[in-house]
Amino acid sequence: MTTKSNTSTKDAGKKGPKPSSNTAWKTVKTSRHPERPVLQDYIELVFSNFIPLHGDRFYADDPAIVGGFAQIGDKKVMMIGQNKGKTTIDNIERNFGMAKPEGYRKALRLMKLAERFNIPIVTIIDTPGAFPGIEAEERGQAESIAKNITEMAKLEVPIVAVVIGEGGSGGALGIGVGDKILMLSNAIYSVISPEGCASILWRDAAYAPDAAKALNLTANALYKLDVIDEIIEEPAGGAHTDYNKTASSVKNAVLKNLKSFENISTEELLNLRAEKYAAMGKFSIDN
Amino acid sequence: MAWYVKKDIAETKHVRKTLWVKCKRCSSHIYESEWKKNLNVCPNCNFHGSITSKERIELTFDKNTFKELYANISPLDSLKFVDLKGSYKDKYEANKKKSGINEAVVTGHGKINGIKAVAAVMDFRFLGGSLGSGTGEKILRAANYALKNKIPYIIFSESGGARMQEGVLSLMQMAKTCSGIALLNKSNIPFISVLANPTTGGVTASYAMMGDINIAEPYAVIGFAGRRVIEQTIGEKLPDDFQTAEYLLDHGFVDTIVNRKDMKDYLSNILSYYNR
Ligand SMILES: [Zn+2]
Repeated sequence: MTTKSNTSTKDAGKKGPKPSSNTAWKTVKTSRHPERPVLQDYIELVFSNFIPLHGDRFYADDPAIVGGFAQIGDKKVMMIGQNKGKTTIDNIERNFGMAKPEGYRKALRLMKLAERFNIPIVTIIDTPGAFPGIEAEERGQAESIAKNITEMAKLEVPIVAVVIGEGGSGGALGIGVGDKILMLSNAIYSVISPEGCASILWRDAAYAPDAAKALNLTANALYKLDVIDEIIEEPAGGAHTDYNKTASSVKNAVLKNLKSFENISTEELLNLRAEKYAAMGKFSIDN
Repeated sequence: MAWYVKKDIAETKHVRKTLWVKCKRCSSHIYESEWKKNLNVCPNCNFHGSITSKERIELTFDKNTFKELYANISPLDSLKFVDLKGSYKDKYEANKKKSGINEAVVTGHGKINGIKAVAAVMDFRFLGGSLGSGTGEKILRAANYALKNKIPYIIFSESGGARMQEGVLSLMQMAKTCSGIALLNKSNIPFISVLANPTTGGVTASYAMMGDINIAEPYAVIGFAGRRVIEQTIGEKLPDDFQTAEYLLDHGFVDTIVNRKDMKDYLSNILSYYNR
């Protein structure tokens, strides 16, 4: 949940082995790279004819979540995504992609609209997490996410979710209950930020690299755990080294997945979605 | 998402060889026998402390009517998660031994003043009542049982949120459990959510907030983000009543606050209106 990446190392010596860098931590850093393409870039490079729609009809329009009708290839869809900024000012304006309840409620309104128009939904996930603030709690951050997750289980149109950067916990899941979940190869998806996890289980946020490794938050790890359906490969140096190439891979992957739902009945779609989520998780059964 | 409240450690401390319980809210020391007799509720300030799933089932269901289901489901350390204190596997094995239950929730069905109900009762002693894969599986299976038999479903939450040691698999339990709730909604099977102290993080942001009726216990901490995280974000201290049951009632997110001693009758009264 916490977004702080500059961490204290003052007690590191007393806490056992020093924090160690590793592949997962490198991926975390790439996923948060300041030049990494954000939603605005994908809107330009992947979609056309984007018609932005605003407001949750209850309280406000949350700039951390952007959505509206859009076309991808020959497909008309409802696009909903979390929008980190490209500059500091932009980022402050968009609250670093951390949505408030009105953002989740806007997302749900647009999803319902997609259902009415009978067009698929594409969600683009890139958030450190839902906004942790007084006003968010006051207006029901938990309720808004819970409602989206529950309603998404019932939506009668296909949903393709793409994690392009940070998949921050419940804040990501609030628009993330897809029939297909795709992830860029350097994106992360986690139950808690590595810093947050380290400060609880290691009692020091400096152990974020160790927590990142333990959390299995990379696309590769999540593919192996049967959480995500597809990894979209980024250019060798990461998505930020070649926007066009990255965008083209995202476009192809989304289109391919959207096409896979073309001849499916609503009933079958909902059954498959229910089965998909019922199968999530690993547990033991003792006799 | 997954944040843990240190709470009941303080509630049973040996002080001068006599067993006392220190109330988390008003800090008064209560004899353990008195605390227990009062259903783990502070006689001084009415703070509702933790109770075990077994105790809650006894308080809620008519004698000998509760049949436990899915008790053989337990956690799996599929990430081979190790932190400074050791492995997740060692942790849950120790928790199983200590609590006598296999997961952070007990599921089953029984009768409340003669009315049938399916229930999932979370237990804070088991890894802080955290939502892991086994927890989610049991909650979904119980929801499906309620669906199949057209019996109202009640979930009693007492949880720090999603279980970190299972990574995104825990996060996905939010979607998994809510897909069960979605099916109950579609079939018009009532779902009642009872929120005890604490109900936070991924549990609040999934089924616990999705009750057709949300009932909180007095002074329960209920929220999404952790208090400390919010204080760090805004750089100031939060008021004492922030994220309490009373605060949620004020803001329209719970229907009512019910004392533990009255919960059974309150639930059966509500269920008596179910006419299907
Ligand atoms: Zn008290």
